Amino acid sequence: MDQNIIYLDNGDTTRIDDDVLDLMLKYYRYSYGNPVSLHSLGIDADEDLSQARKTIAGTVNAGPEEIIFTSGATESNNMAINGVAEYLKNKGNHIIISSIEHSSVKAVALRLKNEGYKVDEVKVDTEGFLDIGDLKSKFKVTTILVSVIYANYEIGTIQNIEEIGKICREKGVLFHTDAAQAFGKLKIDVKKENIDLMTFNAHKNHGPKGIGALYIRKGVKLKKLMEGGSHEFNLRPGTENLPAIMGFAKSAETAYMDLEANNKMIIKLRDRLIEGLTKIDHITLNGPKGSSMGMRLPHNVDITFHYIEGEAILMHLSLRGICVSSGSACSSKTLEPSHVLTAIGLKHEQAHGSIRFTLSKYNTENEIDETIKNVTEVVGILRSMSSFIPEEHSELLNENAKTFYKNKNNEG
Amino acid sequence: MALKYTEKTIDHFTKPRNLGTISDANAEATEGSPACGDMVNYTLKINPETLIIEDIKFRSYGCASNIATASIATEMVLGKHIDEVKKMGTSEAANELGGLPPVKMHCSVLAINGIKAAIREFEKKIGRILDEKRIITEKALLNILRDVIHPKNGVNLVDNENIQRIRIDGQDIFIIITLEPDEEIYASNIHDEVMEHLESMKCTHEIMVKIESKTGNFI
Repeated sequence: MDQNIIYLDNGDTTRIDDDVLDLMLKYYRYSYGNPVSLHSLGIDADEDLSQARKTIAGTVNAGPEEIIFTSGATESNNMAINGVAEYLKNKGNHIIISSIEHSSVKAVALRLKNEGYKVDEVKVDTEGFLDIGDLKSKFKVTTILVSVIYANYEIGTIQNIEEIGKICREKGVLFHTDAAQAFGKLKIDVKKENIDLMTFNAHKNHGPKGIGALYIRKGVKLKKLMEGGSHEFNLRPGTENLPAIMGFAKSAETAYMDLEANNKMIIKLRDRLIEGLTKIDHITLNGPKGSSMGMRLPHNVDITFHYIEGEAILMHLSLRGICVSSGSACSSKTLEPSHVLTAIGLKHEQAHGSIRFTLSKYNTENEIDETIKNVTEVVGILRSMSSFIPEEHSELLNENAKTFYKNKNNEG
Repeated sequence: MALKYTEKTIDHFTKPRNLGTISDANAEATEGSPACGDMVNYTLKINPETLIIEDIKFRSYGCASNIATASIATEMVLGKHIDEVKKMGTSEAANELGGLPPVKMHCSVLAINGIKAAIREFEKKIGRILDEKRIITEKALLNILRDVIHPKNGVNLVDNENIQRIRIDGQDIFIIITLEPDEEIYASNIHDEVMEHLESMKCTHEIMVKIESKTGNFI
């Protein structure tokens, strides 16, 4: 592996902590028992599983019996929405989601819609905040579930979950939130914030991939996705992935123990990155800014570089050892621009020029400065050759084209 | 989605050839649109006597493969007679780069068709071809749909057998496209691409494109 990589795609996934991996290896090598087995290895595994469940529940102020382990956030989202829709189908068939949900919520809602359920999407404003008035207007007597993403994976907008939860509670409607990005970055209290179901996972916080959880408030009922054994309170069959669960617990514990110190350091880096990149002309910071900066995820920066295309920026940066992601259609498998960016009012060409930088505790000031330098250069190069520069900014074309390409051609 | 580009693609992406604009060009075309995320502009100098392309430059708004295909396409056509260029296939730029991921094959179409569009404008200007009104036939529509590339496997919609039905009814064109379950995620992109290509005919017809799913899911 290239040790010189500058990894700024922590919103996608993170590097696992060394002590988390060490702990997991111990469970693969020595403590490999199945928690359902009756022998000593099984008993030990069951005790460790209980302890891990307790640890994870504790980080969000839930009870251990309210935590179901799943294969990750996608499964948790599927389980919550499908499970509630199916269980409450005799009570109602109306589901409300936001317009900036992750595909594992959006696609499930779409499928339910095709099957005859009614689905409404609540608008967000230009910074990605849910339109509370619009939410209130969407409730019907048949509404059975509201699902709103806790903090957005692309533009970093943190919703006022407590208020949304309160509204749902008052209406007597179940409230699910996808906290895959928020967990480990923000203090979460499922009780205080009136959350009925919550999705979260391990690998966004230096834990292992393939393990997540669904918080199901005591008393909330749902139909399970799969049939099988009686694991996970008879809600999720299949042998518990104990090494991953132990890694999950360890990484979650670490994330919450170091939360304030890490956030302080990461916010400093984030703001340094924003400051450096906003020196480039013709850019837009997507998501919360100015007075609402406090409601932005500590590790998220999302910027549209106008007149150029995100996949090309991403590829240039990748060739320079910097890993980022983009909401451009050309960087997506379906060739569609990010629906989050179009939901906040960006035109397609603005969405195409977007780059997301997501930081972690492993990033350094030096890496941020390197990134600013390289992004500035790459944006200049791509603008110098763009066929989409408006006439009033033709200076972007000529000046850069001469300085960069002549030099490059001479070298080569 | 991880994209694996060939070394040659990376080379043309990072060191594009024939970049810029020819100020005294006698042929020009811009293909694609910013909304679609890829747009190439070509300026050419075609010798009016010999019909040889004596100079060509490009500018690109698009992804790495958009830049690379346009760059290599300029190299491929430089010094060639325009009739030879007109015969080029739309996947030739991609082939010359050593291949592109299926999802990027449409870049090659854009790169080649952009140059062809510039040549067509030039030919009209010098009176070599007439600015004829295009007659819309099923065959003409199929030819246009052959330029729409399926993002899943890089094959055009006609050869991939996605075109279920074409009907021309007076001023109305109806096209029905069928997708397999694993192709449904591309529905929106395919719809937009088909519309964009058909609108490029600049005909006065009303165009209706319907996407159908084999599982019966309404898209």
